[in-house]
Amino acid sequence: MIADKVKRIPPSGIRKYFEMTVGMEGIISLGVGEPDFVTPWSIREACIYALEKGYTSYTSNWGLLELRNEISHCIASDYNVRYNPENQIIVTTGVSEASDLAIRAIVNPGDEVIIVEPCYVSYKPCVLLAGGKPVVVPTDLCNDFKVVPERIGEKITPKTKAIILSYPNNPTGAIMGKKDLEGIADIVKDHDLFVISDEVYDKLTYDGTHTCFSSLDGMYDKTILLNGFSKAYAMTGWRIGYAASNLEVIAAMLKIHQYTMLCAPITAQMAAIEALKNCREEMLSMVREYDMRRRLIVKGLNDLGLDCFEPKGAFYSFPSVESTGMTSEVFAEKLLKEQKVAVVPGDVFGDAGEGFIRCAYAVSRREIKEALERIGEFLK
Amino acid sequence: MKEILELLENDARISTGEIATLTKIPEHKVREVIAEAEKKGIIMKYKTVINWDKLEAEHVYAIIELKVTSEREVGYDAIAERIARFPEVISVRLVSGDHDLSLLVRGKTMKEVAFFIAEKVAPLDRVQGTVTHFILKTYKQDGDILLGKEESKRLTITP
Ligand SMILES: Cc1ncc(COP(=O)(O)O)c(C=O)c1O
Repeated sequence: MIADKVKRIPPSGIRKYFEMTVGMEGIISLGVGEPDFVTPWSIREACIYALEKGYTSYTSNWGLLELRNEISHCIASDYNVRYNPENQIIVTTGVSEASDLAIRAIVNPGDEVIIVEPCYVSYKPCVLLAGGKPVVVPTDLCNDFKVVPERIGEKITPKTKAIILSYPNNPTGAIMGKKDLEGIADIVKDHDLFVISDEVYDKLTYDGTHTCFSSLDGMYDKTILLNGFSKAYAMTGWRIGYAASNLEVIAAMLKIHQYTMLCAPITAQMAAIEALKNCREEMLSMVREYDMRRRLIVKGLNDLGLDCFEPKGAFYSFPSVESTGMTSEVFAEKLLKEQKVAVVPGDVFGDAGEGFIRCAYAVSRREIKEALERIGEFLK
Repeated sequence: MKEILELLENDARISTGEIATLTKIPEHKVREVIAEAEKKGIIMKYKTVINWDKLEAEHVYAIIELKVTSEREVGYDAIAERIARFPEVISVRLVSGDHDLSLLVRGKTMKEVAFFIAEKVAPLDRVQGTVTHFILKTYKQDGDILLGKEESKRLTITP
């Protein structure tokens, strides 16, 4: 009964770990890929006000123009890249929808899409559902989990259509600087590819500055820029994000969006306007708090003998469990059973993640300290 | 400096070691900065935020609005200082608007506070009028919401 394409997609590895925690009491979870902060009050208040005023309708397929104006303004002031709010920006239900639209808009059956692993779990299934062929390029600790241009070069074939990049990275916390990205840009130019750049963690960059892929020389027309509100503004449950690109790509994405999603919820759009207009300070104060937690957890993990690469962005640490002799999966399962600390084994994010675990530090400092103590007990 | 002070303002009991970890400033430097700030009176003292309401009304608090006349040369300072010296008075502020000084006063009972105002504050020469507002319930104090912190309702594991 079920379509073959769907049957072939393996179930999410994350789901399995979630099921294991159901019904368990007293868990400290470092397994959550979202902020522990509740959305800033002024954003919630703007939504309540919108509801009171009767904003309960559809919006244009594009999203509210006022929101697109704010988004355009924000990208221009942060990265000096200009997108016309009238026809180069589309508001979506999160980066999740935006990445699906981007992939479906450009991938023909049989096209190859390069996916840099370890990475967020959705890209591969979305490529498969679009009839494309995911081609994995691994990153590793020796290169600070940055993707090396030569490694991409080796995987290019006449069928290669696009590269999906996501820095700051989930799960590694790696970032790529301007120089690093320029190496990728050269390949994109040489082989006339597209880059789908998921920059949902851009604001959460602690060391160095974030470079927007479309700001690179010659990359403006080659990039589909994805971003959203989930992480920086602690708005995961609102389901709101956006894509920006050239006219042709956005028109194609809009075509899919208008028939499959129609529009993002108006309440979330109104809230997002408030976020961009008035909540930068509050967003930055959350970023400062994550930064402190980052230092706390990295030092703690290293002190325990779990070698931890220093993450420069997002809110994940990605320590190696090699010294314990356990696989990621065994480590994570045992840690959960014995000490009730939930982490996500690295291999969930691709084979290159084997030997590592993802410990999110989007939890309070008190919980980080408690989790570290329990991990210490576990390692004894 | 500001980073260290903000951490202390939020948690007076945080250790210098932890401040060092969180800020990546070496611990000896953290100690120096704190000592310096204490010496200069930037850090005045370390206090604890207590929700006395949980202990069955140990005290009552009242906000008192005072209308006062200012004096040549010293303005409001002399009268404000005079009032500030009473131990019952928790804070004294000069404010804009239709009164001049705003006090926070603490006593054991409403009666005690009312009599304190009537006997010690109202009769002062420069005080022209007082309005007393007893505090019935505190929702937020010094930036902390007292009704319990909001917790995120996240699942235990998400991508
Ligand atoms: C790299 C990455 N992209 C996209 C998403 C999903 O974002 P959204 O909530 O905007 O759909 C996540 C969430 O974990 C993520 O880590």
